[in-house]
Amino acid sequence: MYKARLFATRYSRLYERFYAFSEPIILNIMRIVSNISGGRLDGLMTRMEKASKGFLFDCKMCGNCVLSSTGMTCPMNCPKTIRNGPCGGVRENGQCEVKPEMVCVWVQAWEGAERMKNGNKINDLQFATDKSVQGSSAWLNILKQREVQAKEQLTVEKAS
Amino acid sequence: MSVVERHPYVDNPGSPLPTLEGHISQGRLERVLRAGHFVVTSEIAPPDSADPDEVYHRAMLFDGVVDAINATDGSGANCHMSSMAVCALLTRVGYSPIMQISCRDKNRIAIQGDILGAAAIGICNVLALSGDDVSAGDHPQAKPVFDLDSVSLLSTIKTLRDKSHFLSGRKIDSPPAIFPGSTVNPFVPPVASRVLQLKKKIDAGAEFIQTQYCFDMPVLRDMMKRAVDMGLTERAFILPGVGTLASASTARWLKNNVPGVHIPEALIKRLEGTVNQKAEGQKICVELMQKIKEMEGVSGVHIMAYKQESSVADMVQESGVLNGREPWFPNQQ
Repeated sequence: MYKARLFATRYSRLYERFYAFSEPIILNIMRIVSNISGGRLDGLMTRMEKASKGFLFDCKMCGNCVLSSTGMTCPMNCPKTIRNGPCGGVRENGQCEVKPEMVCVWVQAWEGAERMKNGNKINDLQFATDKSVQGSSAWLNILKQREVQAKEQLTVEKAS
Repeated sequence: MSVVERHPYVDNPGSPLPTLEGHISQGRLERVLRAGHFVVTSEIAPPDSADPDEVYHRAMLFDGVVDAINATDGSGANCHMSSMAVCALLTRVGYSPIMQISCRDKNRIAIQGDILGAAAIGICNVLALSGDDVSAGDHPQAKPVFDLDSVSLLSTIKTLRDKSHFLSGRKIDSPPAIFPGSTVNPFVPPVASRVLQLKKKIDAGAEFIQTQYCFDMPVLRDMMKRAVDMGLTERAFILPGVGTLASASTARWLKNNVPGVHIPEALIKRLEGTVNQKAEGQKICVELMQKIKEMEGVSGVHIMAYKQESSVADMVQESGVLNGREPWFPNQQ
């Protein structure tokens, strides 16, 4: 929702704190539920993520979530889906060049980042999204990534 | 008769130059920049034609006054001859072109293929752009791609060139020696963060930066000062963009209809107050070039004179920014 998204940017500091606090809890619950259900509830959890993040941030379910690095503003709302914005076409009043009725996502992102404790993460380079995970749960993807990393770590340790 | 045939070459001017120590590419633009000269670049609007002579005629207008020529890539999301083809034609006769890649039209598979192909043809410079949205041009029905953005594109070039593999990890036998650049617009919101975005592009691998039209010198000066303070001008060559305004009404139209173009009201008033507005527009452009040359941290200037390309040579000469230096061109004596 557009209004909720603007609200998130305005209160990015608050959202950041809430996110930092709740993310490990959410991830743990999802890990447990996913393990117990044998992955059968992954679809339901993905839909829940879509509903909540969709309402709060206009989340587009790119599956590569970087909200905390972009001022709590979802960059996938940019018509050019730029991950390191803004582009050079922002209007003088800060509105989007493609959708003049919308505030530039990246003007919002830089504003949001300024209010955040770790807002300087916006200076990190973000590579374009992995389109093969479009529509999947970013949280489940994080869990999968961690699992892969843990396995790799284990093989490295075993090898040495 | 073809323009190409009229040039009697002893050696093949399209051959790449030997790579100098500490240089990335085999091109002339990098050489002139690293030599510390004040560089002048300009751009060709690729023709709506399959005739190569149209490209050469457009390039010849800049003979002796520019060090490199940008070939735009579907600028304004309008269809023209491809940037790569224009650059290939220019490279054949020895010009130093800058191939623009807009992320609007190609995905990462096509872009990486083009970068390898460009290097193989002898194209040394690539300008990474996000690109205008398709809705701005003459094919609003087209599918916008935007698989990468300009920063991701710069990282991609770096990966291909320095790590010698594709984004997939698959090995490249001979990496492309590309001198990459990108753009920045210092005048549109968020103005305060634009220098940080400039840093991001340099971190991603940009070796040179060409900016959007600069008509507002105090804003540009402010960004340049911050760039110098952050050490960015030591890491990349910055070429502010200048342009000519044909008339006050053109200026007002640009300001109101082309997002990203910022023209101070005082400048439009100045144009309105003169009889020969075209001449005054060129005079303004000359003054801007001279002011930019005096700025700390600036390495040159990029001239965008759309539909006024024939006046570029006179403006550069009048400005004196080349200090009597004559950039190389195919028919130079």
